[in-house]
Amino acid sequence: MTPEDGRTVVAEAPASASRSKLKLIDCDVHHALRSSKDLLPYMASRWHAHLKEFGRRRPVPFTAASPYPKTAPALSRTDSWPPNGGPPGSDLAFMQEQLLDPYNIEYAMLHLLMSGMDERNQDLGNATCSAINDWQYEHWTQKDKRLKAAIVVPGEDPPAAVREIERWAGNPDFAQVSLVTHAIEPLGRRRYWPIYEAAAALGLPIGLHSSGNNGHAVTSAGWCSYYVEEQHNVALSQQNLAISLVCEGVFERFPALKAVIIEAGFVWVPSVAWRLDQHWGRMRGEVPHLSKKPSEYFRQNIWYTSQPSDEPEKPEYLRQSLDWLGWDRLLFATDYPHWDMDNPEQALKFRMSEAEQRRVFAENARAVYGLA
Amino acid sequence: MARHVVAAAGEILSGGRKLVTIRGREIGIFNLGGEYFALLNRCPHQGAALCKGTLIGLATSREPGHFELTRRGEMLKCPWHGWEYDIRTGQSWCDPNDTKVRAYPVTVEHGETLVKGPFVAETFQVAVEQDYIVVEV
Repeated sequence: MTPEDGRTVVAEAPASASRSKLKLIDCDVHHALRSSKDLLPYMASRWHAHLKEFGRRRPVPFTAASPYPKTAPALSRTDSWPPNGGPPGSDLAFMQEQLLDPYNIEYAMLHLLMSGMDERNQDLGNATCSAINDWQYEHWTQKDKRLKAAIVVPGEDPPAAVREIERWAGNPDFAQVSLVTHAIEPLGRRRYWPIYEAAAALGLPIGLHSSGNNGHAVTSAGWCSYYVEEQHNVALSQQNLAISLVCEGVFERFPALKAVIIEAGFVWVPSVAWRLDQHWGRMRGEVPHLSKKPSEYFRQNIWYTSQPSDEPEKPEYLRQSLDWLGWDRLLFATDYPHWDMDNPEQALKFRMSEAEQRRVFAENARAVYGLA
Repeated sequence: MARHVVAAAGEILSGGRKLVTIRGREIGIFNLGGEYFALLNRCPHQGAALCKGTLIGLATSREPGHFELTRRGEMLKCPWHGWEYDIRTGQSWCDPNDTKVRAYPVTVEHGETLVKGPFVAETFQVAVEQDYIVVEV
Protein backbone atom coordinates (compact mmCIF):
# COMPACT_ATOMS: atom_id res chain seq x y z
CA MET A 1 0.00 0.00 0.00
CA THR A 2 2.52 2.57 -1.10
CA PRO A 3 2.43 5.13 -3.89
CA GLU A 4 4.63 2.78 -5.91
CA ASP A 5 1.66 0.43 -6.29
CA GLY A 6 0.23 2.84 -8.80
CA ARG A 7 1.92 4.69 -11.59
CA THR A 8 1.64 8.10 -13.06
CA VAL A 9 0.58 7.87 -16.65
CA VAL A 10 1.14 11.50 -17.58
CA ALA A 11 3.64 14.14 -16.54
CA GLU A 12 2.66 15.97 -13.38
CA ALA A 13 1.15 19.39 -13.83
CA PRO A 14 3.65 22.10 -12.89
CA ALA A 15 3.12 23.72 -9.50
CA SER A 16 0.66 26.55 -9.76
CA ALA A 17 1.86 30.13 -9.97
CA SER A 18 3.04 31.77 -6.76
CA ARG A 19 0.56 33.51 -4.47
CA SER A 20 1.72 36.81 -5.83
CA LYS A 21 4.16 37.51 -8.61
CA LEU A 22 6.62 38.63 -5.97
CA LYS A 23 9.70 36.69 -5.14
CA LEU A 24 9.58 35.17 -1.68
CA ILE A 25 12.12 35.12 1.12
CA ASP A 26 11.69 31.85 2.98
CA CYS A 27 12.96 32.24 6.55
CA ASP A 28 13.13 28.59 7.55
CA VAL A 29 14.50 25.93 5.22
CA HIS A 30 16.20 22.78 6.47
CA HIS A 31 19.18 21.40 4.66
CA ALA A 32 20.60 18.18 6.06
CA LEU A 33 23.76 16.14 6.20
CA ARG A 34 23.61 13.02 4.06
CA SER A 35 25.51 11.40 6.91
CA SER A 36 27.45 12.63 9.93
CA LYS A 37 30.57 11.68 7.96
CA ASP A 38 29.98 14.75 5.77
CA LEU A 39 31.56 16.86 8.51
CA LEU A 40 34.76 14.81 8.86
CA PRO A 41 36.68 16.55 6.04
CA TYR A 42 36.36 19.77 8.03
CA MET A 43 37.51 18.32 11.35
CA ALA A 44 41.04 17.62 12.58
CA SER A 45 42.08 13.95 12.49
CA ARG A 46 42.06 13.97 16.28
CA TRP A 47 38.28 14.19 16.14
CA HIS A 48 37.97 11.42 13.56
CA ALA A 49 39.60 9.09 16.07
CA HIS A 50 37.61 10.55 18.96
CA LEU A 51 34.26 10.10 17.24
CA LYS A 52 35.15 6.53 16.37
CA GLU A 53 36.33 5.68 19.86
CA PHE A 54 34.08 7.74 22.15
CA GLY A 55 31.34 9.19 19.97
CA ARG A 56 29.26 12.19 20.87
CA ARG A 57 28.01 13.03 24.31
CA ARG A 58 24.72 14.79 24.28
CA PRO A 59 22.16 15.20 27.06
CA VAL A 60 19.48 13.43 25.03
CA PRO A 61 16.66 12.06 27.16
CA PHE A 62 15.38 9.18 25.03
CA THR A 63 17.90 6.61 23.98
CA ALA A 64 16.37 5.62 20.67
CA ALA A 65 14.21 8.60 19.75
CA SER A 66 14.24 12.35 19.55
CA PRO A 67 11.94 14.24 21.90
CA TYR A 68 10.93 16.46 19.00
CA PRO A 69 7.61 15.86 17.31
CA LYS A 70 7.93 13.40 14.49
CA THR A 71 4.75 12.58 12.73
CA ALA A 72 6.74 11.28 9.79
CA PRO A 73 10.17 9.69 9.25
CA ALA A 74 12.95 12.31 9.41
CA LEU A 75 10.22 14.78 10.52
CA SER A 76 9.59 15.22 6.83
CA ARG A 77 6.94 15.33 4.14
CA THR A 78 6.74 11.84 2.69
CA ASP A 79 7.25 13.30 -0.79
CA SER A 80 10.50 15.03 0.13
CA TRP A 81 12.90 12.07 0.05
CA PRO A 82 15.38 12.81 -2.74
CA PRO A 83 15.13 10.34 -5.63
CA ASN A 84 18.92 9.93 -5.60
CA GLY A 85 18.97 8.86 -1.95
CA GLY A 86 19.88 10.57 1.28
CA PRO A 87 17.50 12.10 3.79
CA PRO A 88 15.08 14.97 3.01
CA GLY A 89 16.89 18.28 2.61
CA SER A 90 20.25 16.67 1.80
CA ASP A 91 20.11 17.05 -1.99
CA LEU A 92 20.43 20.60 -3.32
CA ALA A 93 19.12 19.74 -6.80
CA PHE A 94 15.95 18.24 -5.33
CA MET A 95 15.49 21.21 -2.99
CA GLN A 96 15.74 23.49 -6.01
CA GLU A 97 13.19 21.41 -7.90
CA GLN A 98 10.73 21.01 -5.02
CA LEU A 99 11.02 24.37 -3.26
CA LEU A 100 13.30 27.10 -4.59
CA ASP A 101 12.24 27.10 -8.26
CA PRO A 102 8.46 26.46 -8.15
CA TYR A 103 7.79 28.92 -5.35
CA ASN A 104 10.00 31.65 -6.77
CA ILE A 105 12.22 31.86 -3.69
CA GLU A 106 14.60 34.80 -3.84
CA TYR A 107 16.43 33.85 -0.64
CA ALA A 108 16.12 30.88 1.69
CA MET A 109 17.43 31.06 5.25
CA LEU A 110 19.01 27.71 6.09
CA HIS A 111 18.73 26.13 9.51
CA LEU A 112 20.57 22.90 10.20
CA LEU A 113 18.96 21.02 13.05
CA MET A 114 22.34 19.79 14.18
CA SER A 115 24.72 21.91 16.24
CA GLY A 116 27.83 21.48 18.33
CA MET A 117 26.34 23.69 21.03
CA ASP A 118 24.70 20.87 22.97
CA GLU A 119 27.75 18.61 22.78
CA ARG A 120 29.02 18.15 26.36
CA ASN A 121 32.66 17.89 25.28
CA GLN A 122 33.19 21.56 24.51
CA ASP A 123 36.23 21.11 22.30
CA LEU A 124 34.33 18.62 20.18
CA GLY A 125 31.35 21.00 20.18
CA ASN A 126 33.52 23.86 18.96
CA ALA A 127 35.08 21.70 16.23
CA THR A 128 31.61 20.52 15.19
CA CYS A 129 30.24 24.05 14.85
CA SER A 130 33.22 25.14 12.76
CA ALA A 131 32.89 22.06 10.55
CA ILE A 132 29.16 22.69 10.05
CA ASN A 133 29.86 26.24 8.92
CA ASP A 134 32.60 25.16 6.49
CA TRP A 135 30.27 22.47 5.11
CA GLN A 136 27.37 24.92 4.73
CA TYR A 137 29.60 27.35 2.89
CA GLU A 138 31.15 24.85 0.50
CA HIS A 139 28.17 22.62 -0.21
CA TRP A 140 25.22 25.01 0.00
CA THR A 141 25.68 28.77 -0.07
CA GLN A 142 28.48 28.66 -2.63
CA LYS A 143 26.43 26.38 -4.87
CA ASP A 144 23.22 28.40 -4.91
CA LYS A 145 23.35 32.09 -4.16
CA ARG A 146 19.72 32.06 -3.01
CA LEU A 147 20.78 30.18 0.10
CA LYS A 148 21.87 32.06 3.23
CA ALA A 149 23.35 30.12 6.13
CA ALA A 150 23.36 30.84 9.85
CA ILE A 151 26.68 30.88 11.71
CA VAL A 152 26.27 27.89 14.02
CA VAL A 153 28.08 28.66 17.27
CA PRO A 154 29.01 26.76 20.44
CA GLY A 155 26.98 29.04 22.66
CA GLU A 156 27.92 27.34 25.94
CA ASP A 157 31.52 28.47 25.34
CA PRO A 158 30.94 32.16 24.52
CA PRO A 159 34.59 33.09 23.72
CA ALA A 160 34.69 30.24 21.19
CA ALA A 161 31.30 31.31 19.85
CA VAL A 162 32.56 34.86 19.34
CA ARG A 163 35.64 33.54 17.52
CA GLU A 164 33.39 31.55 15.20
CA ILE A 165 31.21 34.61 14.53
CA GLU A 166 34.29 36.67 13.73
CA ARG A 167 35.60 33.96 11.40
CA TRP A 168 32.58 34.49 9.13
CA ALA A 169 31.90 38.18 9.81
CA GLY A 170 31.39 40.13 6.62
CA ASN A 171 30.78 36.99 4.54
CA PRO A 172 27.47 37.66 2.75
CA ASP A 173 26.67 33.92 2.65
CA PHE A 174 25.95 34.06 6.39
CA ALA A 175 22.93 36.12 7.41
CA GLN A 176 22.55 35.40 11.13
CA VAL A 177 23.96 33.64 14.17
CA SER A 178 22.27 30.43 15.30
CA LEU A 179 22.04 29.18 18.89
CA VAL A 180 20.22 26.09 20.09
CA THR A 181 17.19 27.17 22.09
CA HIS A 182 17.25 24.35 24.64
CA ALA A 183 20.43 25.64 26.22
CA ILE A 184 21.87 24.92 29.65
CA GLU A 185 20.38 28.16 30.97
CA PRO A 186 17.65 30.42 29.57
CA LEU A 187 19.30 32.32 26.73
CA GLY A 188 18.76 35.72 28.33
CA ARG A 189 21.34 34.94 31.05
CA ARG A 190 24.51 37.04 31.06
CA ARG A 191 26.84 34.13 30.31
CA TYR A 192 25.55 34.34 26.72
CA TRP A 193 25.89 38.11 26.37
CA PRO A 194 29.32 38.14 24.66
CA ILE A 195 27.59 36.39 21.74
CA TYR A 196 24.89 39.07 21.59
CA GLU A 197 27.49 41.81 21.82
CA ALA A 198 29.39 40.38 18.83
CA ALA A 199 26.22 39.81 16.80
CA ALA A 200 24.85 43.28 17.52
CA ALA A 201 28.16 44.91 16.64
CA LEU A 202 28.14 43.14 13.27
CA GLY A 203 24.44 43.72 12.62
CA LEU A 204 23.77 39.97 12.55
CA PRO A 205 20.40 38.83 13.94
CA ILE A 206 20.29 35.91 16.38
CA GLY A 207 18.24 33.13 14.75
CA LEU A 208 16.47 31.04 17.37
CA HIS A 209 15.05 27.86 15.87
CA SER A 210 13.74 25.36 18.41
CA SER A 211 16.60 22.87 18.68
CA GLY A 212 19.11 21.20 20.92
CA ASN A 213 18.89 19.12 24.04
CA ASN A 214 19.68 20.19 27.58
CA GLY A 215 18.33 17.21 29.46
CA HIS A 216 15.22 19.07 30.60
CA ALA A 217 11.70 18.43 29.40
CA VAL A 218 10.62 20.86 26.70
CA THR A 219 7.66 21.75 28.89
CA SER A 220 8.03 22.98 32.43
CA ALA A 221 5.08 20.72 33.30
CA GLY A 222 7.34 17.70 32.93
CA TRP A 223 7.80 15.05 30.30
CA CYS A 224 4.71 14.67 28.17
CA SER A 225 3.53 11.37 26.73
CA TYR A 226 2.53 12.28 23.21
CA TYR A 227 4.10 14.01 20.28
CA VAL A 228 0.87 15.94 19.80
CA GLU A 229 1.63 17.64 23.13
CA GLU A 230 5.27 18.18 22.28
CA GLN A 231 4.33 19.79 18.98
CA HIS A 232 2.65 22.57 20.91
CA ASN A 233 5.13 22.66 23.76
CA VAL A 234 8.09 23.48 21.54
CA ALA A 235 6.29 26.74 20.75
CA LEU A 236 5.78 27.37 24.48
CA SER A 237 9.50 26.86 25.04
CA GLN A 238 10.17 29.56 22.45
CA GLN A 239 7.88 31.88 24.41
CA ASN A 240 9.93 31.21 27.54
CA LEU A 241 13.05 32.03 25.60
CA ALA A 242 11.65 35.36 24.39
CA ILE A 243 10.56 36.23 27.94
CA SER A 244 14.07 35.46 29.21
CA LEU A 245 15.72 37.70 26.60
CA VAL A 246 13.36 40.54 27.45
CA CYS A 247 13.39 40.28 31.26
CA GLU A 248 17.13 39.77 31.64
CA GLY A 249 17.64 43.09 29.88
CA VAL A 250 19.46 41.77 26.80
CA PHE A 251 17.84 44.42 24.61
CA GLU A 252 18.59 47.17 27.12
CA ARG A 253 22.27 46.28 27.06
CA PHE A 254 22.30 45.68 23.27
CA PRO A 255 19.53 47.86 21.80
CA ALA A 256 20.66 47.09 18.26
CA LEU A 257 20.32 43.34 18.76
CA LYS A 258 17.75 41.63 16.56
CA ALA A 259 16.31 38.25 17.57
CA VAL A 260 14.26 36.05 15.26
CA ILE A 261 12.01 33.46 16.91
CA ILE A 262 11.71 30.66 14.39
CA GLU A 263 8.97 28.04 14.09
CA ALA A 264 6.79 29.09 17.00
CA GLY A 265 4.07 31.04 15.19
CA PHE A 266 3.18 34.57 16.26
CA VAL A 267 -0.40 34.71 17.55
CA TRP A 268 0.81 34.13 21.13
CA VAL A 269 2.88 37.30 21.22
CA PRO A 270 0.10 39.76 22.14
CA SER A 271 -1.18 37.71 25.10
CA VAL A 272 2.31 37.05 26.48
CA ALA A 273 3.21 40.73 26.11
CA TRP A 274 -0.04 41.91 27.77
CA ARG A 275 0.61 39.73 30.77
CA LEU A 276 4.22 40.77 31.08
CA ASP A 277 3.26 44.42 30.84
CA GLN A 278 0.80 43.90 33.66
CA HIS A 279 3.40 42.15 35.83
CA TRP A 280 5.99 44.78 35.00
CA GLY A 281 3.57 47.47 36.17
CA ARG A 282 3.40 45.81 39.56
CA MET A 283 6.91 44.42 39.96
CA ARG A 284 8.95 46.95 38.06
CA GLY A 285 11.16 47.53 41.11
CA GLU A 286 12.55 44.02 40.74
CA VAL A 287 13.72 44.68 37.19
CA PRO A 288 14.64 48.37 37.17
CA HIS A 289 17.00 47.65 34.24
CA LEU A 290 13.93 47.45 31.99
CA SER A 291 13.31 51.03 30.92
CA LYS A 292 10.36 50.10 28.74
CA LYS A 293 7.27 47.97 28.97
CA PRO A 294 8.08 44.35 27.98
CA SER A 295 5.72 44.61 25.00
CA GLU A 296 7.95 47.26 23.48
CA TYR A 297 10.92 44.89 23.26
CA PHE A 298 8.65 42.28 21.70
CA ARG A 299 7.77 44.80 19.01
CA GLN A 300 11.16 46.45 18.55
CA ASN A 301 13.85 43.79 18.92
CA ILE A 302 12.12 40.53 18.06
CA TRP A 303 10.81 39.18 14.75
CA TYR A 304 8.71 36.03 14.27
CA THR A 305 8.51 33.50 11.47
CA SER A 306 5.04 32.53 10.34
CA GLN A 307 5.17 28.75 10.31
CA PRO A 308 3.45 26.68 11.57
CA SER A 309 0.74 29.19 10.80
CA ASP A 310 -2.27 28.98 13.07
CA GLU A 311 -5.52 28.08 11.35
CA PRO A 312 -8.36 29.67 13.34
CA GLU A 313 -11.96 29.16 12.20
CA LYS A 314 -11.98 32.80 11.16
CA PRO A 315 -8.70 33.53 9.37
CA GLU A 316 -9.24 37.22 10.02
CA TYR A 317 -8.20 36.61 13.64
CA LEU A 318 -4.66 36.33 12.29
CA ARG A 319 -4.94 39.86 10.94
CA GLN A 320 -5.92 41.15 14.38
CA SER A 321 -2.83 39.60 15.96
CA LEU A 322 -0.67 41.05 13.24
CA ASP A 323 -2.23 44.50 13.61
CA TRP A 324 -1.20 44.47 17.26
CA LEU A 325 2.24 43.01 16.59
CA GLY A 326 3.07 45.31 13.70
CA TRP A 327 3.22 44.36 10.04
CA ASP A 328 7.00 44.70 10.03
CA ARG A 329 7.43 41.78 12.49
CA LEU A 330 6.28 38.73 10.57
CA LEU A 331 8.65 36.75 8.33
CA PHE A 332 7.20 34.10 6.05
CA ALA A 333 8.69 30.61 6.39
CA THR A 334 7.89 27.23 4.85
CA ASP A 335 9.95 24.93 7.11
CA TYR A 336 10.60 22.76 4.05
CA PRO A 337 10.99 19.75 4.00
CA HIS A 338 9.41 19.10 7.37
CA TRP A 339 5.99 17.52 7.57
CA ASP A 340 4.37 20.61 9.09
CA MET A 341 5.63 22.90 6.37
CA ASP A 342 3.52 25.76 5.06
CA ASN A 343 2.74 26.18 1.38
CA PRO A 344 3.26 29.88 0.51
CA GLU A 345 0.18 29.78 -1.71
CA GLN A 346 -2.10 28.35 0.98
CA ALA A 347 -0.90 29.31 4.45
CA LEU A 348 -2.08 32.45 6.28
CA LYS A 349 -5.55 32.13 4.81
CA PHE A 350 -6.70 35.71 5.17
CA ARG A 351 -6.85 38.45 2.59
CA MET A 352 -3.80 40.64 2.34
CA SER A 353 -3.27 43.62 0.08
CA GLU A 354 -0.37 43.52 -2.38
CA ALA A 355 1.60 45.81 -0.08
CA GLU A 356 0.93 43.61 2.97
CA GLN A 357 1.96 40.50 1.03
CA ARG A 358 5.19 42.18 -0.05
CA ARG A 359 6.08 42.86 3.57
CA VAL A 360 5.23 39.47 5.01
CA PHE A 361 6.59 37.37 2.16
CA ALA A 362 9.80 39.30 1.44
CA GLU A 363 10.44 42.85 2.57
CA ASN A 364 10.40 42.32 6.34
CA ALA A 365 13.01 39.60 5.96
CA ARG A 366 15.04 41.72 3.56
CA ALA A 367 15.14 44.49 6.18
CA VAL A 368 15.95 42.36 9.21
CA TYR A 369 18.67 40.38 7.43
CA GLY A 370 19.98 43.32 5.43
CA LEU A 371 19.60 41.48 2.12
CA ALA A 372 20.07 43.25 -1.18
CA MET B 1 -19.82 15.45 -16.90
CA ALA B 2 -18.31 12.97 -19.30
CA ARG B 3 -17.24 9.38 -18.82
CA HIS B 4 -13.55 8.59 -19.22
CA VAL B 5 -11.96 5.18 -19.57
CA VAL B 6 -8.88 5.31 -17.36
CA ALA B 7 -7.61 1.74 -17.12
CA ALA B 8 -8.29 -1.82 -18.05
CA ALA B 9 -9.71 -3.85 -15.16
CA GLY B 10 -6.83 -5.74 -13.56
CA GLU B 11 -4.34 -3.01 -14.32
CA ILE B 12 -4.66 -1.56 -10.80
CA LEU B 13 -3.99 -4.24 -8.22
CA SER B 14 -6.00 -4.45 -5.02
CA GLY B 15 -4.58 -1.93 -2.55
CA GLY B 16 -2.95 -0.10 -5.44
CA ARG B 17 -3.63 3.12 -7.26
CA LYS B 18 -3.10 4.91 -10.54
CA LEU B 19 -2.79 8.64 -11.15
CA VAL B 20 -4.44 9.96 -14.30
CA THR B 21 -5.06 13.40 -15.75
CA ILE B 22 -8.55 14.10 -17.00
CA ARG B 23 -9.47 17.50 -18.40
CA GLY B 24 -6.46 19.05 -16.69
CA ARG B 25 -7.26 17.51 -13.32
CA GLU B 26 -5.01 14.96 -11.67
CA ILE B 27 -7.13 12.20 -10.22
CA GLY B 28 -6.10 9.15 -8.20
CA ILE B 29 -7.93 5.89 -8.89
CA PHE B 30 -7.84 3.42 -6.01
CA ASN B 31 -8.64 -0.28 -5.97
CA LEU B 32 -9.89 -1.33 -2.55
CA GLY B 33 -10.43 -5.09 -2.67
CA GLY B 34 -12.13 -4.90 -6.06
CA GLU B 35 -14.05 -1.68 -5.38
CA TYR B 36 -12.81 1.40 -7.18
CA PHE B 37 -12.71 4.99 -5.92
CA ALA B 38 -11.49 8.22 -7.49
CA LEU B 39 -10.28 11.36 -5.68
CA LEU B 40 -8.87 14.66 -6.83
CA ASN B 41 -5.10 14.68 -6.28
CA ARG B 42 -5.11 17.83 -4.20
CA CYS B 43 -5.43 18.13 -0.43
CA PRO B 44 -8.00 20.82 0.40
CA HIS B 45 -5.88 21.89 3.38
CA GLN B 46 -2.69 23.20 1.75
CA GLY B 47 -2.68 21.73 -1.74
CA ALA B 48 -0.34 18.71 -1.46
CA ALA B 49 -0.53 15.83 -3.97
CA LEU B 50 -2.88 13.91 -1.69
CA CYS B 51 -3.19 10.76 -3.81
CA LYS B 52 0.51 10.06 -3.31
CA GLY B 53 -0.13 9.66 0.41
CA THR B 54 -0.04 6.46 2.38
CA LEU B 55 -3.14 4.26 2.74
CA ILE B 56 -3.69 3.53 6.40
CA GLY B 57 -6.33 2.12 8.71
CA LEU B 58 -8.54 4.04 11.09
CA ALA B 59 -7.45 4.13 14.73
CA THR B 60 -10.42 4.70 17.06
CA SER B 61 -10.98 4.40 20.78
CA ARG B 62 -14.04 4.18 23.00
CA GLU B 63 -12.05 5.23 26.07
CA PRO B 64 -8.44 5.93 27.06
CA GLY B 65 -6.54 2.68 27.28
CA HIS B 66 -8.44 0.92 24.50
CA PHE B 67 -8.02 1.28 20.79
CA GLU B 68 -9.05 -0.43 17.63
CA LEU B 69 -7.55 -0.36 14.20
CA THR B 70 -10.28 -0.80 11.63
CA ARG B 71 -10.87 -0.21 7.94
CA ARG B 72 -7.34 -1.11 6.93
CA GLY B 73 -6.20 0.62 3.75
CA GLU B 74 -9.34 2.77 3.49
CA MET B 75 -7.94 6.03 4.83
CA LEU B 76 -5.64 8.18 2.72
CA LYS B 77 -3.08 10.17 4.71
CA CYS B 78 -1.74 13.37 3.16
CA PRO B 79 2.03 13.33 2.45
CA TRP B 80 2.45 16.73 4.10
CA HIS B 81 0.43 17.35 7.26
CA GLY B 82 -1.04 13.90 7.68
CA TRP B 83 -4.73 14.81 7.32
CA GLU B 84 -6.76 11.63 6.90
CA TYR B 85 -9.46 11.19 4.26
CA ASP B 86 -11.90 8.35 3.69
CA ILE B 87 -11.17 7.11 0.17
CA ARG B 88 -14.81 5.97 -0.17
CA THR B 89 -16.19 9.49 0.23
CA GLY B 90 -13.30 11.96 0.25
CA GLN B 91 -14.40 13.17 3.68
CA SER B 92 -11.87 14.39 6.20
CA TRP B 93 -11.94 12.34 9.39
CA CYS B 94 -11.22 15.29 11.71
CA ASP B 95 -13.35 17.87 9.93
CA PRO B 96 -16.04 15.88 8.07
CA ASN B 97 -18.48 18.75 7.66
CA ASP B 98 -16.22 21.37 6.19
CA THR B 99 -13.32 19.55 4.57
CA LYS B 100 -13.81 17.17 1.69
CA VAL B 101 -11.71 16.06 -1.25
CA ARG B 102 -13.58 15.99 -4.53
CA ALA B 103 -14.61 12.39 -5.23
CA TYR B 104 -15.71 11.12 -8.65
CA PRO B 105 -18.02 8.21 -9.51
CA VAL B 106 -16.17 5.13 -10.79
CA THR B 107 -17.68 2.10 -12.49
CA VAL B 108 -16.38 -1.04 -14.14
CA GLU B 109 -17.88 -1.48 -17.59
CA HIS B 110 -17.66 -4.19 -20.17
CA GLY B 111 -15.96 -3.29 -23.44
CA GLU B 112 -19.06 -4.25 -25.34
CA THR B 113 -21.07 -1.54 -23.53
CA LEU B 114 -18.35 1.03 -24.00
CA VAL B 115 -18.04 0.70 -27.74
CA LYS B 116 -21.64 1.90 -27.96
CA GLY B 117 -20.47 5.17 -26.25
CA PRO B 118 -20.51 7.93 -25.30
CA PHE B 119 -17.18 7.88 -23.55
CA VAL B 120 -13.69 9.35 -23.85
CA ALA B 121 -10.74 7.01 -24.20
CA GLU B 122 -7.82 8.89 -25.67
CA THR B 123 -5.24 6.42 -24.49
CA PHE B 124 -7.17 3.17 -24.72
CA GLN B 125 -8.02 0.81 -27.44
CA VAL B 126 -11.22 -0.63 -26.03
CA ALA B 127 -11.73 -4.27 -26.82
CA VAL B 128 -15.25 -5.67 -26.58
CA GLU B 129 -14.17 -8.72 -24.64
CA GLN B 130 -12.54 -6.86 -21.70
CA ASP B 131 -13.65 -4.85 -18.63
CA TYR B 132 -12.61 -1.24 -18.08
CA ILE B 133 -12.55 1.27 -15.25
CA VAL B 134 -14.60 4.36 -16.10
CA VAL B 135 -14.55 7.65 -14.19
CA GLU B 136 -17.19 10.33 -14.54
CA VAL B 137 -15.63 13.83 -14.51
